[in-house]
Formats: sequence, structure tokens, C-alpha cells
Amino acid sequence: MQADFGRFTHAVIRAAPDSLAAQALRSGPAELQVDMEAVRREEEQYVSVLEKTLGLRVVRLEADEELPDCVFVEDPAVVCGNTALITRPGAPSRRKETEALKTALANLDLNIVEMTDESATLDGGDVLFTGREFFVGLSKRTNRRGAEILADTFQDYAVSTVPVLDTLHLKSFCSMAGPGLIAIGSSEAAQKALKTMQQMSDHKYDKLTVPDDLAANCIYMNLPDKGHVLLHCTPEAFPESAKVFEKLKDHMLIPVHNDEKRKVDGCLTCCSVLINKPSKV
Amino acid sequence: MTTEVGSEPEVKKEPEKSSEEAQAEQQQQLAEQPAEPSESEPSAAAEPQPTPTDSTKPDNTDQQENAEAEPSSPPPSSGQKKEKGISRFLPPWLKRQKSHSQVEPKESSSPTDTPNQTLTEKQEEEEKEEEEAEAAEEQVGKAPEEAEKRQEEAGPKEEGEAVSPVVEQPAETKEVKAEVKEEVKAEEVQAENNSVGSVETQPAKEEKEGTSAEKKGEKGGEEVQESSVLSPLKLGKKMKIVVCHVTLLDGTQFPCEVEKRAKGQYLFFKVCEHLNLLEKDYFGLSFKDNADQRCWLDPTKEIKRQIRNSQWQFAFNVKFYPPDPSQLTEDITRYLLCLQLRQDVSSGRLPCSFVTHALLGSYTLQAELGDYDPEEQRLDSIADFQFAPSQTKELEEKVVELHKSHRGMTPAQADVQFLENAKKLSMYGVDLHHAKDSEGVDIMLGVCANGLLIYKDRLRINRFAWPKILKISYKRSNFYIKIRPGEAEQFESTVGFKLPNHRAAKRVWKVCVEHHTFFRLTNPEQPTKSKFLTLGSKFRYSGRTQAQTRQASTLIDRPAPYFERTSSKRISRSLDGAPVISVSDHGHMLDSARTPGSGENGHDPALELSSDSKSPQVEEEAEPGKGAVAGAVPAELPFETGTDGADSSETKKGNVHLGTVSSAESRNIDQSAEDKLNSEINGQPEVIEVVEETVVIEEVVKAAKPKSSAPEVSVTVASSATEEVPEVKEEEEKSASSDSESEEEAEFHPQSPSDSAHHIQEEPEEEQEQSQKAPPTNAEPQQDAEPETTDKVEAVVNQQKEEDEKTPGEETVVAPEDAPNGHHVQDGEEALTSLGAVAEEEEELEPCVVNGDASHAETERVPQVICCSEPPVVKTEMVTISDTFAAQKTEIATKEVPIVHTETKTITYEAAQLDGTGDGEPGVLMTAQTITSESLCTTTTTHITKTLKGGLSETRIEKRIVITGDSDIDHDQALAQAIKEAKEQHPDMSVTRVVVHKETELAEDDD
Repeated sequence: MQADFGRFTHAVIRAAPDSLAAQALRSGPAELQVDMEAVRREEEQYVSVLEKTLGLRVVRLEADEELPDCVFVEDPAVVCGNTALITRPGAPSRRKETEALKTALANLDLNIVEMTDESATLDGGDVLFTGREFFVGLSKRTNRRGAEILADTFQDYAVSTVPVLDTLHLKSFCSMAGPGLIAIGSSEAAQKALKTMQQMSDHKYDKLTVPDDLAANCIYMNLPDKGHVLLHCTPEAFPESAKVFEKLKDHMLIPVHNDEKRKVDGCLTCCSVLINKPSKV
Repeated sequence: MTTEVGSEPEVKKEPEKSSEEAQAEQQQQLAEQPAEPSESEPSAAAEPQPTPTDSTKPDNTDQQENAEAEPSSPPPSSGQKKEKGISRFLPPWLKRQKSHSQVEPKESSSPTDTPNQTLTEKQEEEEKEEEEAEAAEEQVGKAPEEAEKRQEEAGPKEEGEAVSPVVEQPAETKEVKAEVKEEVKAEEVQAENNSVGSVETQPAKEEKEGTSAEKKGEKGGEEVQESSVLSPLKLGKKMKIVVCHVTLLDGTQFPCEVEKRAKGQYLFFKVCEHLNLLEKDYFGLSFKDNADQRCWLDPTKEIKRQIRNSQWQFAFNVKFYPPDPSQLTEDITRYLLCLQLRQDVSSGRLPCSFVTHALLGSYTLQAELGDYDPEEQRLDSIADFQFAPSQTKELEEKVVELHKSHRGMTPAQADVQFLENAKKLSMYGVDLHHAKDSEGVDIMLGVCANGLLIYKDRLRINRFAWPKILKISYKRSNFYIKIRPGEAEQFESTVGFKLPNHRAAKRVWKVCVEHHTFFRLTNPEQPTKSKFLTLGSKFRYSGRTQAQTRQASTLIDRPAPYFERTSSKRISRSLDGAPVISVSDHGHMLDSARTPGSGENGHDPALELSSDSKSPQVEEEAEPGKGAVAGAVPAELPFETGTDGADSSETKKGNVHLGTVSSAESRNIDQSAEDKLNSEINGQPEVIEVVEETVVIEEVVKAAKPKSSAPEVSVTVASSATEEVPEVKEEEEKSASSDSESEEEAEFHPQSPSDSAHHIQEEPEEEQEQSQKAPPTNAEPQQDAEPETTDKVEAVVNQQKEEDEKTPGEETVVAPEDAPNGHHVQDGEEALTSLGAVAEEEEELEPCVVNGDASHAETERVPQVICCSEPPVVKTEMVTISDTFAAQKTEIATKEVPIVHTETKTITYEAAQLDGTGDGEPGVLMTAQTITSESLCTTTTTHITKTLKGGLSETRIEKRIVITGDSDIDHDQALAQAIKEAKEQHPDMSVTRVVVHKETELAEDDD
């Protein structure tokens, strides 16, 4: 399990609808204008990195104007190993995002588990998989019942809950930056959450502390020909945090622009579902 | 060492044979271990010969003689060895002097350990033995006689009154012990009488402490195996035989004949022998109690007492799941672990995903069926295997598909792969227990190698790694862990959980203690462990730690044993199907074990044995990092540290004593000790106190008192004086040794000792009763008959008193509840404060409370006398709920005391202690006397011990006064009086320790 942590072969992404600019949920100031042109450019770069730079097979889903947040495919599905948990997103307006995703993942021969319990909510953005265990942030979007279902779905792993009070998602201030390496923001809330995670875990994790919480959201991969790969924030967006990432000598570092989607709480991990489908033996 | 465990029953059975066998064994051992120097000597002497045991008992009484015979130094090793054949006839002291000297203290304690029952049993045994074994009789007879004489002599000194009657008992006990020892050798491993075992054990401990713990362990181990081998033969004689049915991991039944009073260990060894299993420390025997709950059979206790009314039906199971099975040495061990895990998986106890079920199943097929064979393995046959709780066709297909990919893999390799995958499962090795948090929410407590996990439904909501846990305790149906303060926190917090009942709470507690010891303590130090073992035979983990067992495993030198993998689908195999042990292999095992040089610590049964007896210190465990020694010592340090300033004339730094009073029930560990340890360690001391609270049932108490609590108080006053020039160091050492003794002695008392720190009192529910009579109290008539009762509650730190279930407070000060007297002595103030934040150390140190404390005045730090006239003490407890989310909630409950039904309070006052962990040389025991006098409501037992060490002689007097009666007695007054008198009587001596144990009638629901 740990051995192939970060090993991915496929990525599912979804195009951003035009409705994103006006209707996407956001926790930040509403007056920030989202430049859809910029969004498209970011999207292109993102896909380009995954597909061309890293060689993943990218599955693109069509945008749905009815679902302004549908670009953030991380939330409606959690994939681990050969199993995909189709979640029940905490925001009612996003519940339908699961449909297209479910179809796409089923087409990839994943075992689909659906979260049907009406009392459960779970956003994939609150799920941090470390390769050894899950941490689930209990946030506005994710409740305990949702975490329980996730635990039932991935029974091999310990599932620990972490209170998330100040931010949208658990992964709004942390993510995996390597095997056993957690990138974590510097805010008090982030540090507190990290401590909680460390206490709850039987495993030792190293931490990579970055000055900006949002910059702590990065994408780690371990690819056959590339080794450690890290998609992280650009120096333009978070200069200080970028410097921290640049110190990772063993990683193939790829700065990725995400300035527009960040306005609507979009992070790097939000925009894709990564899957590892080993070629059939 | 070897002698450590002597089971009473065994003793009874075959005194003669045992002795003979023992001799033979000794000889063998000698031959094998010729090289071993002086250290070996004592052990050897102790082990084989009945005499040594005799000697031990006699020591108390006949100390002088012993001293005369061979005063100080260890008897010539060679001579002893040679004499072994003759050893029986020789008076014990001759043989064992060395051990004796060391032993003395322990011996005293040992009696305490063994309850009254043991005494009676012993007597019976003695009689039998006498009849049967002439030789043995001789020895024994001498000892007792001498003892009697001494007692008589002593009696007058102390107090003429009741002495005579009392005296007899002691003598008998001594005899018994001697016999026991003989037997013990033979059967060491198997059964261990509490009392006897303890006695023997103690010496071993001392030795260990002193120097050669490892050696002891080794020797013990050797002996044990031998004993195990021998034992079966012996069983035949007089004992009542019971057939135990043990369900093995492959589903087969293994019937095993066991003497009715055999200890768990015996059966366990028989099973392991049957399985040809060497790495047995990961395993255990379990049984279902009346409530159908799975309980672990305590190897150190009699089977019969544990299973109570249940059937003699057991299951062989993995008890400690090795986090890294690849580190196991033998395939057979891994195979057994696989079998356990297959059960765990198929039963749902170890949840895993579909993919993992399939993968594990495929390795199972590969291991049991070999390469995939399309003709033999059709799906319908595969369906006979249980891979998962709910097995689907889809799963079976997947299993088969994966099975095909394992072609060429050997069964052993398949097992390895199975384990590599199983060990990653989050619930691997997690022992779950239903509980409720402080808010009544259902949760699960998961005890595992790394600590305690808290689950709510499937979610992990908190985790307490062992290093974070300072103390583990339970009270009634509550289970508590005290958490080390975090970086930003100032105070420790206690987290309480509600278990369904008292038994469940105790079960969790035990499992925690065992897991912590097994996985967390890496130091192979035996001393610590041995102590551990010794004290709380019941509750301490007596076996080897993982580190030790690993080390031992490296010494395994035998060809991989052949064993047959039984198919999991055919569960109903005949017994024959069980793993076969080839004779040759078996022999090999034994040899290796016996080999002197090899030092197979790991296998030594001895260790295990030793563990049984007493391990007071167990609770506190040093972190692995520390030297072995450190681990052992630290616990004690605290006490020792205390200085008695006043007594300086005598220069005893460390006379500590534990005079513990009472009982077995409460095991107290001194926090102070811990704290100190911690502080010493600085870093992260992982010291965990294990506190067990048990309700003590004292017959006496009940009788005397009507309803409320008539406080029975037993007061033990120990004073030690150093006669000769006081060289501090030496004395210290002596004192140390003495201390150890005293501690043990304390155990004797029905309600034991709580001494500070280390001792965990056993809660021998069973044993408690016995103790009162037995206790060899030391003493000189200082206090004598006075009925001094004190109801003082001790502030003893660790003890938890049973009061309200709800109040889990760590530092609950016990208020002397209802004490009719109204005097509650207490540090109550401190205690209360402690809640807040008072450093535990202080509390502990100061806890002593004596109203009158004249005596105490001497000690500087020491005892603070607390007179509490305050009525009901209020207890405050902090309870933290384990839920992370609920930022820890603290509840403070204040209750008025009077509600409590029964309580046991123990107050300990110590002047100062040296660290004589016993490391140093204990000195030679010169004399030991026990005098008991009784009056209407008072029983005074005085135990006098003279120890000669390095030219200095130390006299230690321990008095135990049990006062039974109604509340009318002003206990505080009585205590003060007693202390005062003691001082007056022995102006040249100092009071080093006062322990007050009060028991009030309780009606405890829980068992």
C-alpha cells in the first residue's frame, strides 16, 4: 500500500462551466471577479502537465452549467486503490456533480461505493490520504457520518477525524508532499490540525511547513519514470511558500497556476481525481 | 530464580521426588554451568535444593544460626554444588546463605504475598511431606523448631501476651516454605504458590537486582524447562487431575491433564510444548468467563481460581501481535500467527477491504494447498474456506485468480506475504473493548502495541500513545488513564472511561498493563521486570517483553521444526493433526535452553516464573532508552531519595520500608516515584503507573463493624536502626536491601502495601483474606498490642480509593470518608490542590499523615502529619473525555464522602529511602523474627530482621497492627500513640515508615 503511494496512471478532470464565475460557491469576498479566460488558461496548463509532462491518461468530463462548481472533481469522489467512494457533497448545490463522476469512474473499472445515507456529507477536499491512513476533516461540508462511511469503505485503513473550523476543507491548508511528508500551512488552525493528526497516528510524519496555508495544497505523485513529482504553487502567487517547495531537492517540481480558481476556493488538488490502475497482470 | 515459583500444590504433591529431582537437576545444571562463578552459585543453590527454600524461611527465624554458619559471604560455590546431592540434609541456611541475605526482605514480603490460604496449605503440605519425605522432613523440622525457638525468645521481648500462639504459625509457615522450595525446583515452571513462589522469587529478584539478572533469568529458564518436563511425572501422585481442553489455532482440541491447582503457566507450557513453539511470548491462553467474555489466563495464578466456575476450556491465541512479523525467527511462529489472523479476518474482528480479503485468502490457499491446481481447486471446494465474514462468489473468484499468481511460492513464503499484508491493516493487533466516554457515548477502547486507541464507530477519535500515558488505573467499572501534559499544558489530565462492569474495567486495565510492558519496555532488564512480576503477580505482566523475546529468539538454534499446515477448511481435525513435535527436535530445544552459556533469556521460563511472583515495580517502567538498570531502579529511587535527616545518628539514609499495610487490593504506585523518574529522565519518561484498585474484602472488618465503616486499620511501623558505625553508603545499601524486604513483607499483609512507588499491591481478591495471619511482621514490641487504629487516609498518591465511581480523580484524595472517627487524616489539602495542579511528587512525598506524628517529626521531608478533623473530604476529580473534538472537557465533581460504602485507605509515611534497589549487596540476613500478639480487637505482628552487611548490622523492626473495631476508636490518636511508643521503646532507632491502611466496610457490587 505504501509502496505505490503517489503512483497514478489516470486523472479525471472536468471542464469549468461559465457559471463558475458568477455562481460558484465561495468563502472569500464576492467582489473578486473571476476571469474565465484565465480559468481556461489555468485549466490548459493543468491538463498539459498531467497529460504531457507526466504522461497520465486524462479523462475529461464535460462542464455542466447547472453545476458551477463541477470543475472541482475532488469533492464528489474519493478514490483509493481500486475503490471509488462517490460522496455526498456537503453543499446541496453540488450533489449532482457525482453523477458524471460516478459514470466516469465506473468506466475505469473501479469498484463504486455510493454514499447514500441522507444524513452523511463528505467532501473529498476534507479527505487526506497519507498512504497509510485517512484523516477526515470534520468541516462545514463533512460530517461524522460521512467519515464513518468512508471508514467502512476503506476498511484497511485507519480513519481519524480532525476538526476543521476555520477553513473550507481540511486540504485547504495541508496535503501530502511526499511519502510520509505532510505539507502544512503556518496558521494556528493548520498547526493545530497537524498536531491532532500526529497524535492520532501510529505513524510518524514529517512536515513541510509553508508560510501560506493555501500554498500547502499541492499534488504529489510518484511516477515510474519521473520519481517524486510535486505540483505546487507558483512563486508569483506565494513567493515565500514557493521557496520552501524549491528546497525539495529530490522532487521534480512543477509550479502550477491556480490564481483564478483560488478565488472560488479552488486548490490544486480540487481539480482532479487521480487514479492508479495498474495494467492487468 | 529457579525457586521463584513454587506452587503450593506442587509442593504438596511431591516433596520427596521434587527434592530428588531437584538435586538431579542441580547436578546437571552444575555440570552444565560449571563455569559460572559466585553468582551462579546462589542461584543454583536456591533452585534445586529444597534446603534453600528451607533456609529462606528459617532465615527469618534462624537468621542467627545462619549467620553463624556462614555469616556474610556467599558460601563457597564449589562446595555447594558438590553438596547438592546432600543438600537436602543440610540445613538450608548453609546452602543458601547468600541468597538468604538478599532474600530476607523479600522473604518477609513473600509471606505477605501468599495469603492465608497458602499458609494453611503449606501446613498441610508440610505434614504430607514430612510423612513422605524423610529427608525433607529433617530439614524442615529443624527449621521450624528453630523458628519456634526464636519466636519464643522474641515473644518475650516484644510482648509476652499472645506471642506463643502466633509463633507457631510462623514456624509452620517456614517449614512449608522449605518444602515448597524443594518442590519448586522440580516444578518451578508450572505452579507457583503464591506464598511460596513469592518467597523464592524474592531472592531471585534480589540477585537480579544486585547483579546478574540475566543470569538468573537464564538459569531460571533452564530450570523451568526441566521442570516442565519433569512436572508431568510428578503430577501423577497425589494431585487431583483435571483435563483441560485447549482449542488450538488450527481448530483442533488439545486435551491436557493438569493438576487441579496448577497455574496457568503449566498449561501454557504444555500447549507450547505440544505445538513445538519456542517463540511463545506472543501467545497466551484465553477462556470465557461467566459473562462469555474472553479473559487471558494469568500464567502466574492458579487456573482454577481464574476460571472460577467456568469449564476447563481454553483457547490458544495470539496475545501480542508482533508489529513486524518478519522479525519472528521461526516459521512455525509465523504460521501460528497466520492461523490467528485468519480467524480474526474471517470472524470480522480484523476488518479489511474486499481486495485485502482476496489477497489474504490467496496466500492462505498458497500456503495450505500449494500451487494452484485447476483440477483440485474448483470454486466449490474453495467455498469451504472462510476468507471473510460474508463471503461472496466474487470474492472466491478473486481469491482463486490471485492464487494463480503465487505459483512457486512456498508455504512459508506465502505466510510471510500474508502477514506483510495483514500487519498493515489498521486494526491489526488492536484489542477492542466496549466502553462509554464520560458523556455516556458508546466508544471502543483499542489496546495495541503503540498505545490506546479510542474509536467511535469506525472512526478513530483519539489515540494515546504509551509515552503519553502516565498512569493506568481502574476503579470499579471505570478505567482511567492519566495523560502526560502536552507542551502547552501544565497539568496532567485524567481521562476516564466507563466500562460495562468492574470486570471489564479490570480486563482492559490488565490488557493495557501487559501491552505496555510487552511492547514498550524494551529493556531486557530483568530486575525491573522481575520486580514487576513479583509484586503484582496478578496484574503485572510477568512474561518477557517483545525486546526480550526477540533477543531470545536470536538464540534459537534448532533446525526448523517440521509442522503440518492444516487446512483451514478442515477444522475438525483430530488432535493428531496438530503439529507434531519430533522427539529429536524437542530434545534439541531443551538442550539449547539448558545450555548455560547460551543464556537464552528468551526462553527462560524462569523469567516468566519470576514474573509471577512479585513485581512491585512493574508499574513504573522506565523508558527503554534507559539502561536496564535504570528501569528497575528508578521506580525505587523516589523513596530512597527521601532522606531522613533526623535519624542521622543512625545514618540510615534509606531505610525505607514499606510497611505496607494491607493489601492486596490496592496497588499503589507512587506517583512521586514516577514523577521523579520522569524528571530524571527528562525527556520523556515513560513511566506509567498502573494502579489497580480492588476492593479488599477483609473478613475482619466486616465482622467487627456494623454498618458504616468501622475502620480497621492496620498500622505498620518499621523502624530500623543501625547499630554499628554507620557508614552511610553501606547502610544505605543495607537499607536498600531491607527495603526491598520490607516491601515484600508488606505484601504479606492482607491488604497490602502500598507503598509508594513501586509496589503495586496485588489485589488479590483471593489472597487478601489470607494475609492477615500470615504477615510476618517485624517487630519489636514497639507498639505492640495497641490498637492503634488510624483511619488515616493516605494521600498516597496513586491509590485510588474506591469511592464514587464517578470520581475518577487521579489524585483523589481519599477522604476518610465516613470514618466514624471523624478524623480523617489526610493530605487532603494537598490532594485537593493536586487536582489543580499540585505536583504529584510533592503529594506523594508528603502524604504521610499522622496526627500525632511525633515520630515523623524526625524526618525532614517526610511525613507530614495531617490531622484532618475535617469531616467529609471532598473529592475532586478531573475527568477528561477522550474525544478530541470535545476539547477536553474537564469535569469536576465534588462529592461528599459519606456515601461511600467501603473504602480502603492506605497511608504511607516514609522517612527516607536509599536507593538500595538491592543492586548492591543486600547483606547477610542475620536474624529474622516474627511475633504476633492478639487481643480483642487488635492484632500486632512484629517482624524483626537483622541484617549484616559489610560489617554493619542493621536491625529492622516492622510492626503491623491490625485493629478491628467500630469507629469509636480514635485512630489518629492510636497511631500517634503507637508511633510514639515505638520511638520510646527504641530510642536508638528511627521510624522510617508508617503505613496506615484503613478498610471500611463496603459493599461492593462489582466483583
